[in-house]
Amino acid sequence: MASLKDLRNRIASVKATQKITKAMQMVAAAKLRRAQEAAEAARPYSERMGAVLANITQAIGGGGDAPALMTGTGRDDVHLLIVCTAERGLCGGFNSQIARLARDHIRRLLADGKQVKIICVGKKGFDILRRDYGSLILERVDLREVKTLGFANADAIARKVIHLFNEGGFDICTLFYSQFKSVISQIPTAQQIIPAAPASAAVGTGNGATAVYEYEPEPGEILSDLIPRNIAVQIFRALLENAAGEMGAKMSAMDNATRNAGDMINRLSITYNRQRQAQITKELIEIISGAEAL
Amino acid sequence: MAEAFKFELVSPERLLVSEQVESVVIPGAEGEMTVMAQHAPVMTTIKPGVVTVKAAGGKEDRYVVFGGFADILPSGCTLLAESAVHVNDIDRADLARRIQDAKEDAADAKDDVARSRAEQFLSQLTTLEGALLPA
Repeated sequence: MASLKDLRNRIASVKATQKITKAMQMVAAAKLRRAQEAAEAARPYSERMGAVLANITQAIGGGGDAPALMTGTGRDDVHLLIVCTAERGLCGGFNSQIARLARDHIRRLLADGKQVKIICVGKKGFDILRRDYGSLILERVDLREVKTLGFANADAIARKVIHLFNEGGFDICTLFYSQFKSVISQIPTAQQIIPAAPASAAVGTGNGATAVYEYEPEPGEILSDLIPRNIAVQIFRALLENAAGEMGAKMSAMDNATRNAGDMINRLSITYNRQRQAQITKELIEIISGAEAL
Repeated sequence: MAEAFKFELVSPERLLVSEQVESVVIPGAEGEMTVMAQHAPVMTTIKPGVVTVKAAGGKEDRYVVFGGFADILPSGCTLLAESAVHVNDIDRADLARRIQDAKEDAADAKDDVARSRAEQFLSQLTTLEGALLPA
């Protein structure tokens, strides 16, 4: 049985923990708002990009001059997986969900006899995947120093990927990230970015997609400029969604932790009060029986 | 008084401009061009340079863009810039850094095609710097 002093210490420590989780929750809430704003601000660009891309692919009509980034190498032997996770933990199942999806994917690919390469963006995914597939990880992109996610960060990753592709390092590239649906639900998603999935080119036929364009320079040349940029945009979007999702997950995880700490404090206080009462009663009995014995 | 049309300047980070304008001067890859209302549909890549926006009220605004492309329709014009800033907010140190990067790229280029491309990019950047300095 714990002594009164132990209980008091325990309650104090749980209270301190609760204060920390509460503060983390509030920080996450504030960061979530900023991350959401960033994700929303980036949306027009990726939407327009999708529309323009749809337009131009229509114009080319799948002709022979489409760049390899779009049509692929025609093989699917070597897969590159870009796994985007958070840099920090304490956000519920957020990181492990993405990692699990990636791991299932890797297992399936390896079972089919394909070769797999991994690029980890974010520390947590790297930590999880390193255990099982450490030898497959090519590289780890560290964004911990980055305060506000800029397009330059995504562009740097995209450049590496494209460079690798041009060297014939892989055939198919898939991006793993968490889609931000709401504060309480983030959906881990796998998205193929090289060769560009036909679905992404078909959507976004917004305003006047049927217009006959003049191209300056030639469509093929624009396209070869556009596709790498589109890959960067997709990665940027994934990173932003991830940032928002991480904060959302962290917020709800910390909310849970704060509530649990509250419950624990309640339970501990009840035990503490009962024990104190028991001790008082015991002391009283001792005094009374002592007095009676006289 | 020229007819107004919708112009949007978007960078990956945010939407910079979305307004009714009279004309826009775009630094196209194959030369500058002025876009006005009812322009034929054109799609063009852009080089680093200055975009001059003349708003419907007659007010002029200038933005510095670093590459990207423009989607021009009779009903409007959308400029997707890799990065864009207002002329007043341009960071000279950033520009200098970009030029330095471009110089290194040109020096490191493996083959002639890459080198000429890097040198072209570098010259575009230095032209841009020259255009901005007196401002």
